[in-house]
Amino acid sequence: MESLFILAQAEAATVSKTPLVVIICYLGLLLGLALFSGKLFRGTSKDYFVASHSIGPFMLLMSVFGTTMTAFALVGSTGKAFQKGVGTYGLMASSSGLIHAACFFLIGIKVWSIAKRHGYVTQIQFFRNRFESNGIGYLLFPCLVLLVIPYLLIGVIGSYRVMGPATAGMFPNLFPQEGMLNGSVPPWLIGLVICGVVLAYIFAGGSRAAAWANTFQTLVFMAMGVLAFYLISKALGGVAAASEQIYPGHLVRTPGELEVTTKAGAFQREIGIPPIQFLTYMFIPLSVGMFPHLFQHWLTAKSAKSFRLTVIAHPICIMVVWVPCVLIGLWATGVFNVPPVDAWPKPVVSIMGSADDAGVGKVLSVVVKFLIENPLIAGMVTAGILAAIMSSLDSQFLCLGTIFTNDIVLHNKPKDRFTDKQIVLIARGFVVAIVLLTYILSLVLKDVQNVFDLAVWSFSGFAALTSLVFTALYWKGATKAGAYACIIAVAASWFYFFAKAGWGGEYTVFSSEHRSDDGIMPVAICFVLGLVAMVVVSLLTKKPSDETIKKFFP
Amino acid sequence: MKTGIIIFVFVALAVLHQDTWNGNLVFGFIPVGLAYHACYSIVAAIFWACVVKFAWPDRMEKWAEGED
Repeated sequence: MESLFILAQAEAATVSKTPLVVIICYLGLLLGLALFSGKLFRGTSKDYFVASHSIGPFMLLMSVFGTTMTAFALVGSTGKAFQKGVGTYGLMASSSGLIHAACFFLIGIKVWSIAKRHGYVTQIQFFRNRFESNGIGYLLFPCLVLLVIPYLLIGVIGSYRVMGPATAGMFPNLFPQEGMLNGSVPPWLIGLVICGVVLAYIFAGGSRAAAWANTFQTLVFMAMGVLAFYLISKALGGVAAASEQIYPGHLVRTPGELEVTTKAGAFQREIGIPPIQFLTYMFIPLSVGMFPHLFQHWLTAKSAKSFRLTVIAHPICIMVVWVPCVLIGLWATGVFNVPPVDAWPKPVVSIMGSADDAGVGKVLSVVVKFLIENPLIAGMVTAGILAAIMSSLDSQFLCLGTIFTNDIVLHNKPKDRFTDKQIVLIARGFVVAIVLLTYILSLVLKDVQNVFDLAVWSFSGFAALTSLVFTALYWKGATKAGAYACIIAVAASWFYFFAKAGWGGEYTVFSSEHRSDDGIMPVAICFVLGLVAMVVVSLLTKKPSDETIKKFFP
Repeated sequence: MKTGIIIFVFVALAVLHQDTWNGNLVFGFIPVGLAYHACYSIVAAIFWACVVKFAWPDRMEKWAEGED
């Protein structure tokens, strides 16, 4: 330990460690705030899982928005705009403003009411009672867990991608590596700290701590996105000058190709958004209707009225985060694509230098590092990106602990089998196990290149399953057999397309020979198949009992 | 009637989202494709504010508290 300390002291002082100090201060502040909120924990399982239904409108908005916006909101949006152009905002953000709010209004409020009345804390508890079937829980459980785990990995691996460039050159003796990331904090240490901080406050305060932490983190990442936008535009000579040098092909959605030359070789980048992809991508935001971690946040609401602010302000919050990030990505096309290779800033070439688009996730970090030559600001923006990542991680860790506890351990057990304290202890045990598993998996899979493409597959699975929750809430005729058919149709079609995509790459159905993305998004087909299976099988099978109808349809 | 209007406007907004009808810059720095969809986000927020104002499901709140 002492030798590590001496080695760290001996590091060359050429690279400022200020960004790392800022990030450590941010993590300390977050931990302090979240542990303070843990003091408010009432010690009951209801408080641990759903904060005793006590979260008001502003904190509900911040925790729902913060949970919905992952690393993708800052890092992915910038990278996609750099890669595909201006259509990125319409493709991913403005449609979400309309559809997310629809899900909160049509699904969130109704789910909250049913869960409050009947005491549910997980989706599976609702589906088991609504469809009068224990088995549906065992069918749905692996689907939800398998879709959440890649979503978790996106966050942790995303933190490696952000922290690597941000700390490059800081500790060349302590953490020697090949290439541009020499001296950066290694993934095992980044993951340990990020997972450790999130675990500490989730363990202590459950849902209530997550709501407080998410509120703080959401405010941080919204502010840092705007700050980065202002400072980068200033570095490029103002917003007008910055926009003047955007590569022209990125100003329109017209599909085209751009030859990109790097030190590692040249490649053709597909730019623009084909119309059929733009249309069918609108199914992706439906995923919020089935996210188990959002479901849990909905249940923390004090009253149905708490949803009002979330429904109205969500599209505006998306705009505040995404417009600056998309513009930064567009400006980066002028910074990185147009000059001949010899004129590029040397460090940029090293990081962005792979002969494909694997490096687009690093665009924001690289732009911040080399255009804003202020280590304090670079540290603040990096902390903002980490805030976006961690505000989703905490809810996902907690929701997996909650569904393991309630849908597997406590299910079918007599009510007095466990005390309330034992239930909280079991949930905490599961949360620790899930964090540990995620940490190990993230280190094993840290070099997976298409990490953000994996996110779209996770969203696609949840979005397709939204047909299940929507029919369960609004159609009295939805039957147990229909629900089974819906889940099986979605799972089978999703798995088929996932395999066709080479287990996680970008893929559209019926695409042409010229491009990989000018077909139908698989999510649209999975959703329709699930809905058709639900309707057809429900019409042919026995209706739910009158008692069940009365229980769920006021 | 209320439900019909909401569904009609929602579908109209989904169609408007396609924005099929340009690489010009608005105010000298925002590409048209981005400016249109940023305005679209604001329109979506106004739409949902109207829905919340005129079609709020009040009885769900009472039902959740145990009233029949």
